[in-house]
Amino acid sequence: MSDPASPMADVATATAAIEPIAPDAVPEAAGAPPPPQAGAASGRRAWLLTDAPASRAQAAWGRRYQAWLAFRRNPLAMAGLGVILLMLLLILLAPVLATHDPGIQELGNRLAAPSSAHWLGTDELGRDVWSRLLYGGRITLGMVVAVVLLVAPVGLLVGCVAGYAGGLWDRLLMRVTDVFLAFPRLILALAFVAAMGPGVESAVIAIALTAWPPYARLARAETLTIRHTDYVAAARMTGASPARVVLRHVLPMCLPSLVVRVTLDMSSIILTAAGLGFLGLGAQPPLPEWGTMIATARRFILEQWWVAVMPGVAIFAASLAFNLLGDGLRDVLDPKQR
Amino acid sequence: MKARLGALAATAASIPITLFGLVLVTFFIGRVVPIDPVLAVVGDRAPADVVARARLELGLDQPLYAQFWRYLTDILTGNLGRSVMTSNPVWEDIARYFPATFELATLAIIVAGVLGIGLGVLAATRQGSWVDQVVRVFCLAGHSLPVFVLALVSLLVFYAWLGWLPGPGRQGIVFQDMVETRTGLMTLDAALANDWPAFWDAVAHLIQPAGVLSFFSLAYIARMTRAFMLAELRSEYVTTARAKGLSWPRIVWRHAFRNTAVPLVTVIFLTYAGLLEGAVLTETIFAWPGLGQYLTVSLLNADMNAVLGATLVVGLIYVVLNLLADLLYRLMDPRTR
Repeated sequence: MSDPASPMADVATATAAIEPIAPDAVPEAAGAPPPPQAGAASGRRAWLLTDAPASRAQAAWGRRYQAWLAFRRNPLAMAGLGVILLMLLLILLAPVLATHDPGIQELGNRLAAPSSAHWLGTDELGRDVWSRLLYGGRITLGMVVAVVLLVAPVGLLVGCVAGYAGGLWDRLLMRVTDVFLAFPRLILALAFVAAMGPGVESAVIAIALTAWPPYARLARAETLTIRHTDYVAAARMTGASPARVVLRHVLPMCLPSLVVRVTLDMSSIILTAAGLGFLGLGAQPPLPEWGTMIATARRFILEQWWVAVMPGVAIFAASLAFNLLGDGLRDVLDPKQR
Repeated sequence: MKARLGALAATAASIPITLFGLVLVTFFIGRVVPIDPVLAVVGDRAPADVVARARLELGLDQPLYAQFWRYLTDILTGNLGRSVMTSNPVWEDIARYFPATFELATLAIIVAGVLGIGLGVLAATRQGSWVDQVVRVFCLAGHSLPVFVLALVSLLVFYAWLGWLPGPGRQGIVFQDMVETRTGLMTLDAALANDWPAFWDAVAHLIQPAGVLSFFSLAYIARMTRAFMLAELRSEYVTTARAKGLSWPRIVWRHAFRNTAVPLVTVIFLTYAGLLEGAVLTETIFAWPGLGQYLTVSLLNADMNAVLGATLVVGLIYVVLNLLADLLYRLMDPRTR
């Protein structure tokens, strides 16, 4: 990006590449793959960036490619994406990358400082912190993914139904969301966990119960604007049932803003999950969840500070990465939400 | 004017429904709990007839709706049940623990408001400069840093390494129980008693937890201030004011900032409510005897009356603060009239 001429050069090659291909591409069948003759990379680029897409698939892929190009121009968002991909890779490869078994205790070597044998030192039972961080990421990030998978469809459906049906349904469903929004998230989650007993599953359910209302609100707001559009009226006139209109025509339109919201929300879900773990209500020892690791290492913060700080850095990095990614996605997918 | 009253009435009418919902949620949580409320009262070695009598007294033999009715009327008469842990009525416990949280959260929101608005305005007036970038990174960190990690690191640096600030707790040992409790706010009590060493000790103990707690709100307020200010600074009246030759600080503070004040008040009220959440974790680390600590300690002791009572009170405060934010917005913004 240091070369000021490069964006111009990009545009020049792109338009130059379109010229010879355009006559070929139009007569070809719908959704045809990019013609190979113009050199694979530039040909695909031209196919994606054409002003006259020959098929719906081409238009859709072109739009996605342009969103990606816009996204790629944002270095902070790319950094966020990079950190997330790196973290996913690390936790998927945990068995390969871990230098020790995360559960093996080595009581003669408690609370050791970082060294070549234990890269990030050892905890109060002599377990390797680096290996526990890798395996702990599976639990912490796994909890976050589980919450999102539970919450996003529910919130989306509730919001779309409330917005589309209107009337009594709308008032009823929105009243329920209001009640859930009336508690601070962590405190309601605490009360739910207290009722269900501590553990990973109840923490996931508790966070999910507190996390869905904002999605429902968002989906409802989107639906309210969509339901009066002409294409929805057209779909209704062709005899589509309300369920079909909601599922096929309204719901997909809510997805971009939902994706943005979910990504931005991921960091707050990570913080809530880690907070529950820290209070001793999430994953139970000896499971290496990041918040739980900090809770047990807290007693040694004044002398062996790294034992508590390392998982803290991991939580911070994951949460920051999702915030950066979410900001970038919002600029690309949903500029009006700024 | 009439429409405005109507909107106010609608907001006011929605409050009892929301509160009813809150009670319903805590009641529901109380019923799914695997702890037998009878055993919690009489202990697990009580003879069978005592257990049966307690069950009858607690109304647990009645149908759910009757139990709910009883729960609701109890709450309306200010009866949140008795805490198993402290054996005091939950309501009294909450009244005793609340001032500490109030003191902490209020100082935190003052710090967050002053610094957040300052940083936000600074960033907006220097959009794109390094100052703006620094504020941006600072805000992102505020959104991403777990408050308990920040609290631990702060203890490590300012208490253990530098020794600038006292450790956890609300008072030094020398001042323990020296000051008569009047308001429950340690600083105010010490000032009222004219005990200035105790006052400064209380302030020193407040700085760290309040600073940690304020960080998240600070980031949010700074971010919102920046966004509001940018919108104002782009508008035409700012150009007019500059053309008239007004000084830049005057334009920023007297013209642009005035117009952001209304939405900012809403933001500050909303973050004040959000502080209750951070208080749970902050109080746990700084051994701060507030509502958050009461909640977590009761939780770990499976003291359900206390947990649900505290949850309900926090929910109530949250609703009231949200309502106040809404009302202030309506009252102050001429466009909503």
